[in-house]
Amino acid sequence: MSTVLPVLKADDFTSDQDIRWCPGCGDYSILAQMKKVLPEIGVPPEKTVFISGIGCSSRFPYYVNTYGIHSIHGRAPAVATGLKLTRPDLSVWVITGDGDSLSIGGNHFIHLLRRNVDLNIVMFNNRIYGLTKGQYSPTSVEGQITKSTPMGVVDHPINPISLAVGAEATFIARSVDSNIKHLASTLKRAAAHKGTSFVEVYQNCNVFNDGAFSYAQDKATRDDTTIELEHGKPMIFGKNKDRGLRLNGLSVEIVNLEDGKVKEDDLLFHDEKATSTLVYMLSRLRRPDFPEPIGVFRDVITETFEEAVLGQIKESIEQRGRGNLQKLFNSGETWKVGA
Amino acid sequence: MPTEASSPSISKEIKTVSGITVRLCGDSGDGMQLLGTQLTNTSALAGNDIATFPDFPAEIRAPRGTRAGVSGFQVQFASHEVHTPGDSLDALVAMNPAALVTNLADLVKGGLLIVNEDSFEDKDLKLAKLKVNPLDEPAMENYRLVKVPMTKLTKLAVAEFGMSTKEADRSKNFFAMGLVYWLYGRNMDATLRFIHGKFGEGKSVVAQANEKALRAGWAFGETIEALGTSYQVDAATVLKPGTYRNIIGNQAMAWGLLAAAQRSGKEVFYASYPITPASDILHELCKFKNFGVCTFQAEDEIAAMCSAIGASYGGQMAVTTSSGPGIALKTEAMGLALMLELPLLVIDVQRGGPSTGLPTKTEQSDLMQVMFGRNGEAPLPVLAAQSPADCFEIVQEAWMLATQLMLPVIVLSDGFIANGSEPWLIPDVSKLTPIPIVHPTESNNPDGAFMPYKRNELLARPWAIPGTEGLMHRVGGLEKEDGTGNISYDPDNHQKMVQIRAQKVANAAKLLPPQQVIGPQSGELLVLSWGGTYGSCLTAVQKAQEQGLSVALAHIRHLNPFPSNLGEIISRYHQVLIPELNMGQLRTLIRSRYLVDAVGYNKIKGKPFTVTELLEKITEMARTGNRIAQRTAS
Ligand SMILES: Cc1ncc(C[n+]2csc(CCOP(=O)(O)OP(=O)(O)O)c2C)c(N)n1
Ligand code: SF4
Ligand SMILES: [Mg+2]
Repeated sequence: MSTVLPVLKADDFTSDQDIRWCPGCGDYSILAQMKKVLPEIGVPPEKTVFISGIGCSSRFPYYVNTYGIHSIHGRAPAVATGLKLTRPDLSVWVITGDGDSLSIGGNHFIHLLRRNVDLNIVMFNNRIYGLTKGQYSPTSVEGQITKSTPMGVVDHPINPISLAVGAEATFIARSVDSNIKHLASTLKRAAAHKGTSFVEVYQNCNVFNDGAFSYAQDKATRDDTTIELEHGKPMIFGKNKDRGLRLNGLSVEIVNLEDGKVKEDDLLFHDEKATSTLVYMLSRLRRPDFPEPIGVFRDVITETFEEAVLGQIKESIEQRGRGNLQKLFNSGETWKVGA
Repeated sequence: MPTEASSPSISKEIKTVSGITVRLCGDSGDGMQLLGTQLTNTSALAGNDIATFPDFPAEIRAPRGTRAGVSGFQVQFASHEVHTPGDSLDALVAMNPAALVTNLADLVKGGLLIVNEDSFEDKDLKLAKLKVNPLDEPAMENYRLVKVPMTKLTKLAVAEFGMSTKEADRSKNFFAMGLVYWLYGRNMDATLRFIHGKFGEGKSVVAQANEKALRAGWAFGETIEALGTSYQVDAATVLKPGTYRNIIGNQAMAWGLLAAAQRSGKEVFYASYPITPASDILHELCKFKNFGVCTFQAEDEIAAMCSAIGASYGGQMAVTTSSGPGIALKTEAMGLALMLELPLLVIDVQRGGPSTGLPTKTEQSDLMQVMFGRNGEAPLPVLAAQSPADCFEIVQEAWMLATQLMLPVIVLSDGFIANGSEPWLIPDVSKLTPIPIVHPTESNNPDGAFMPYKRNELLARPWAIPGTEGLMHRVGGLEKEDGTGNISYDPDNHQKMVQIRAQKVANAAKLLPPQQVIGPQSGELLVLSWGGTYGSCLTAVQKAQEQGLSVALAHIRHLNPFPSNLGEIISRYHQVLIPELNMGQLRTLIRSRYLVDAVGYNKIKGKPFTVTELLEKITEMARTGNRIAQRTAS
């Protein structure tokens, strides 16, 4: 092995496995962007691990030539936590679906975020159970007709970003499968963040929930239906950059910028370090009343779980010295028998 | 530190006996477990062989004075070998009426009954749902009843410290302890060290009060006429020479994990979700961060199991523990670990089931669950500890198997051995042999991609860990092609993989010693036992042998696979008896595997076997067998 680090290419991360997603599935685009940014992140394939649950999305690890575990439904966060606690040197990605992480794995998802394990979790949100052929998911919208809801969904959907805010995730972002530039840069930001980075990706399941996110995907509409969050910048959206978001008391309102009555300075400025109250407010912005924010909602730094856990081990060794088994066995009350 | 002579001499008659069984019982707030532990340690230090049985309610503070709140601690100490905490009691100490009535049945006729008579007032009787004071019942004539006003005497003894009545009352278990120590001529040194260590050095009022109460209890024994004799139990000479300590099952399990880690050059990653009676392993291990132990209290048992999988994939020694309900939750992930063929340990400290069942009581009813409780053809090795100290050995054996075969291994313990204790011959750490582990650094396939499922002669696959250049590979729960590990739905490959995984488990028998038999190598009756019933089964079999009956014991520690010579052993006896604290789970396995008409002796009361009941069954079978044999011969 030479000491000069070879320059990594997307090909270095391509596995020899045939991809089995349906043609036209949004997952392809996410895979492509991931393979594009992995070399840029610069962690070699042998130091990278992809861990997934079960679902169409969770097939992902087979398609990247890194280490990987295709685990069981909903449990990838727990598998990844165990790996990170023993191998903090590795770069770990959790790949999951909306059902995988919010339904069966909801518990692990919350605990992963609140513990702030240093890894990246990418949730492919297609608002449907793809792999099991089209039942509704916890993010399906009310009234959605699916295979298991012929008269429409009656559950109230979970808002993944709101949930992440509630769990005090330190990095929260949203992107869209077809918005490849945005997606690539969001993945890179996630990788750069130390702590749990949560990225929700709007993903089109063209077989069971086609067009669920067309408003956010179509170039024609997306500038009006989404708003790109940029740290330190005023919140402006619309094809003509003619509308903005302003804080009014404890709620957000849309203001028109055309007539010049409202100045840029009056608008809400995005702050990735803001209190979670503000981030929560942003997470509630939903179509059709509001544009849906994409980009990084939150990026703050706190101690990671493995730093804290391994820190205690280190501290204990420093204070008490490396444990000695024989000493331990002979500690306390002992007695001798014969011979 | 104590200045007076710690154990003043005894002036009354001293009678030497070979063994004593006592039970201390009272309210769960009365400190009975502490009293029992101290008596145990002191007896162990006196060189006695010991076996203990702590028995406590599931509620932390069940209503005071009620039957539900009774907590007990039984210990047998002897100058001969003991394997059980004893069937019947030579002495019973009862701190209140509820404790008395719920425990009296186990006291032998003529046995010593010591009660705190201050707690037999009307309100106490009412709490115990008693209409008449049991101390006034004619049945008391069957026992040597000693009524001691413990509350008053303790209060007097600690008066000088100016404590409140409530605080003073807390010392009364030490008064009782002093009395028991006098009764058995026990040395108070260790307990005094404990008191001053736990409740504060020198000036601590609590420590001083407890010491005072302890000494007052001793002095009371020395003075009152009702107690004419003190008993002496000499040191056991049967124990192997060496340095001993007392060890509790769960503690031995934790220490065994440390030893296994050291032997294999690993550190322990321990993931668990609290559950009785397994939690003490977590409590014990989290003290050993300076051994590099990483403990992770997960959000549930599923997460605990899954994090162990992650840690194992990363190359660490991963362990998860639980009891029946938690093992049920781990089930799916155990199947994943089996498919990934990763080494890790799953420890099940069994308790009474089903469902929440009897959390603090013992049972052996998870055998079928761990054998078969997974979807698909999913066999795993299953080992069972036979005694508190054996927990230390069995986890090391399990880790050896797991790493040699690359698969998860299940270890069974139970509430009885998890909380019970016995003397443990401290091993010489320098003599522990290594458990060799290899993580490959080079590809096993010069012509192409690394083959994560290429196997060695034991069918184990390589344990390649992330960070190793060139060995990147993906593992998952989907069926995979042998060798390459690529997803495969090929019918023949599936059958082959199922067979390989089964054969791998079967190969464990090659790494384990053959089954031993205690007693005649052939004959009338073979008692087959497993797990925590070892002590009672062994004692009962030994007693039957003393009566000249043709009875042998085969205690199985390796339940899957069975030892390779087990079938042959079974064939050498006319009858097979399988005593179990369940409805006959091992019996079902033995019958189906060896086509033998094994008879069960089954008890599902949340309690261990008594030697008496086992002996009765053994005698009945062995005698009937002999008669039939004689008849056919004549
Ligand atoms: C324990 C368990 N229950 C159910 C399933 C079936 N199952 C597989 S994937 C899935 C839903 C997947 O939905 P999602 O996470 O949204 O992933 P997608 O396929 O949409 O990418 C279900 C219910 C399973 N594999 N395991
Ligand atoms: S079912 Fe939907 S999510 Fe799954 S591969 Fe097909 S298009 Fe993609
Ligand atoms: Mg989905």
